[in-house]
Amino acid sequence: MKELFKKNKDTLITLGIVTGAYIVIEILLKAGALSSLFKGLLVPLCAYIILAVSLNLTVGILGELSLGHAGFMCIGAFTSAFFSKITVGVINPGWLRFVFAILIGFFFAGLFGFLIGMPVLRLKGDYLAIVTLAFGEIIKNIINVLYIGRDSKGLHFSIKDSVSLGLEEDGQMLINGAQGITGTPKDSTFTAGFILIMITLVIILNFIKSREGRAVMAIRDNVIAAESVGINVTKYKLLAFSLSAALAGVAGVLYSHNLNSLMATTKNFGYNMSIMILVFVVLGGIGSIRGSVISAIILTLLPELLRGLSTYRMLIYAIVLIAMMLFNWAPSARAFRERMVAKLPFFKKKSAEKEV
Amino acid sequence: MAFLSYLINGISLGAVYAIIALGYTMVYGIAKMLNFAHGDVIMIGSYVVFCVVSMLNLPVWLGILISVLVCTILGVTIEAIAYRPLRQATSSLTVLITAIGVSYFLQNVALLIFGANTKAFSSVVPLDAVKIGDSLTVTGESIVTIIACIIIMIVLTLFVNKTKAGRAMLAVSEDKGAAQLMGINVNKTISLTFAIGSALAAIAGVLLCSAYPSLTPYTGSMPGIKAFVAAVFGGIGSIPGAFIGGIILGIIENLSKAYISSQLSDAIVFCVLIIVLVVKPTGLLGKKLQEKV
Amino acid sequence: MALINTLLEVNHLSISFGGLRAVDDLNLSIKKGELYGLIGPNGAGKTTAFNLLTGVYKPNEGIIRLDGKNITGLKTIEINKAGIARTFQNIRLFKDLTVLDNVKVGLHNLYSYSTLSAVLRLPSYRKVEKQMDKRAMELLEVFGLAESAHLKASQLPYGKQRKLEIARALATEPKLLLLDEPAAGMNPQETQELMSTITFIRDKFNLTILLIEHDMKLVAGICERLTVLNFGRVLAEGSTSEVLKNPEVITAYLGE
Repeated sequence: MKELFKKNKDTLITLGIVTGAYIVIEILLKAGALSSLFKGLLVPLCAYIILAVSLNLTVGILGELSLGHAGFMCIGAFTSAFFSKITVGVINPGWLRFVFAILIGFFFAGLFGFLIGMPVLRLKGDYLAIVTLAFGEIIKNIINVLYIGRDSKGLHFSIKDSVSLGLEEDGQMLINGAQGITGTPKDSTFTAGFILIMITLVIILNFIKSREGRAVMAIRDNVIAAESVGINVTKYKLLAFSLSAALAGVAGVLYSHNLNSLMATTKNFGYNMSIMILVFVVLGGIGSIRGSVISAIILTLLPELLRGLSTYRMLIYAIVLIAMMLFNWAPSARAFRERMVAKLPFFKKKSAEKEV
Repeated sequence: MAFLSYLINGISLGAVYAIIALGYTMVYGIAKMLNFAHGDVIMIGSYVVFCVVSMLNLPVWLGILISVLVCTILGVTIEAIAYRPLRQATSSLTVLITAIGVSYFLQNVALLIFGANTKAFSSVVPLDAVKIGDSLTVTGESIVTIIACIIIMIVLTLFVNKTKAGRAMLAVSEDKGAAQLMGINVNKTISLTFAIGSALAAIAGVLLCSAYPSLTPYTGSMPGIKAFVAAVFGGIGSIPGAFIGGIILGIIENLSKAYISSQLSDAIVFCVLIIVLVVKPTGLLGKKLQEKV
Repeated sequence: MALINTLLEVNHLSISFGGLRAVDDLNLSIKKGELYGLIGPNGAGKTTAFNLLTGVYKPNEGIIRLDGKNITGLKTIEINKAGIARTFQNIRLFKDLTVLDNVKVGLHNLYSYSTLSAVLRLPSYRKVEKQMDKRAMELLEVFGLAESAHLKASQLPYGKQRKLEIARALATEPKLLLLDEPAAGMNPQETQELMSTITFIRDKFNLTILLIEHDMKLVAGICERLTVLNFGRVLAEGSTSEVLKNPEVITAYLGE
């Protein structure tokens, strides 16, 4: 038992932090100590954590830059919201429907990850980044012109406008172009978000420590050497990329089932969102899953905490971001920090440890 | 005839993309980084012209001159403060994120000074539209933009290939270490690249806002992304590639707006990009790189 | 034609890069269990020959047979599965993985469990991982790397990194091991150790070894037969002592 704990220490610490945070927030919620603004932020926060952790699988573990993570989230959000909308009252109870919705979001986002990954994963670095960015924009664009309605004759599709669906009088709009999907059941709760974070963490942390996870990291470190020992590079790149996409889809499910009206805008599913998630990952430490969780929490709450500063808050956010990057990564700043740390023996051991 | 006019508008839009893409491509070629803030430099340049011309009622040429100056200084400053310290950093991701930070910063500075409301930008092009035949009208903005783009292309190509500073840029983009050993001042060369790229961004901003006369703090982002796509499309690091990529992108965008769907035009542009890269992984004119085993 | 005890049979192997014939009409015949040297001045095409043998490059002409099976034009991973493993001239370790994990990546195709059992930590995962750990540690012990198992590969000193590359290659259980300048950058004492390690692993793992080397002491000390390449062409071949006495070989090495 003790050995089991030692071997999985990092995993358990990460899961412990998340559980601890969940309990604290639940207590605060029960005590009524949280503002409604903060409460409204909880489910999106859970979605962001899942996004950051899953993107880290692509960026940190696979070592490929993706700027289209929000696109996969978008697919998960819309496929699952569509499913929930047509099955409200058909599948009972609600939680069961939500479980199905999650599986659907996972599946479709993963499928798109697979389909887009197959042709583009052989591209290198920045080229892959721009292609994934393009992909995210395409998804957002297409959803904005997609009209789906339902009447007694079945489903109707159009990419022009709602009129050309030719719905009967009593027909129902399901996806209404730029207006998106309205009336998705509000199945997402903070607890559901917490559970999904825990599942995502277990999947990713255990994946990394598996035979397949090692193959993925071997590809990251040296493709040619990985091939020379018989690692199928395409297969494992695709596996990691699709898994990352599928989990982003789960985040999308959580996100969409928290909203009355789901629209694909630049803000929530555009490249801005992809970039925001990437910022979480890089600031948390590329390849550090725990870091992704923590930085997603801090960076989501930071602009809210700065809300008192009103118009200056995003400016401050930008400055903090630049300063942190320089402080963390500039070789001169690193050298300076190492000199400072060397003077404080207490920190010495800590900085030498490596976490996953 | 309608087709011809869509085509000319497309070329004109593409010319703007090409000018912006030149900035991306030169910076990428030399500093190997995606300067995400480039689009926002365009926006700042446009606001400067707006201030000088519309608010202070000074002549247009002065506005453009000041804008070019401001952007040049801005570009060089950004490089020196935010990017240079990270040049030796282990991961290229760090400088990308910093560039994103700079982009947020510029947008929010503009937001604080000018507010979120759209400013009506009055065209700085004094030329009237030209009528060819009965139905084909070419706006003055289109003519000026296309001519400006061609001139910039020619001058830049000559500069890079014929002058000492230009050849230093080529040398640094080829191999920084070797260039340094040859006595080239790498920092100065990179600064110069940022200066040129940002000056071009200022010009692109003026042309863009003259053709599409509305200005917000986010005006630069989408054209920035598109121009970046154009640069990748043509083969990032290549000056003629940026030109060709920009023009093709503008044409595709405008024709798909006219004939397919205005809402889907971006998706079509991005689809073409993906197809081009899948077929030719380093863009139309990009160099093929192979790792030595 | 191929004798029963021939492991690697290479006929008329050629490749050119933009008009330059980097490897030109290479013929090799290596017997099972042999320790064979491929030598020649810099730029003679030795590493290119390795890259052809391991499928990194596709030959323009020629046939490669491993144990009688035609492996010409196969992909690198298929060639590895067929039984060829290699090391690299410029060390290519998985630098952010631990020493142990580097070897476990080499074991990848020999052990298996489903993704699901890994994610859920089912008993099959635990059992197979335990076996992999055991096997990897055995290999590390051979190279004196066992106590460094949990260091990152990039933290190892240079000489040990070369050894780890060999251990990783051995993990794939090859029939033929290709070593690309295994002694490069080692001091005489380390080279001496390496020589005994190479002969030891050949006997222990029933290997055939083909190595590229510049260190003539190592070549003369352990290789049984040699092929000398110069400008992509075979200059001489035969038993080590014969070849090293060949005046043409001496001129090629000492300059024009």
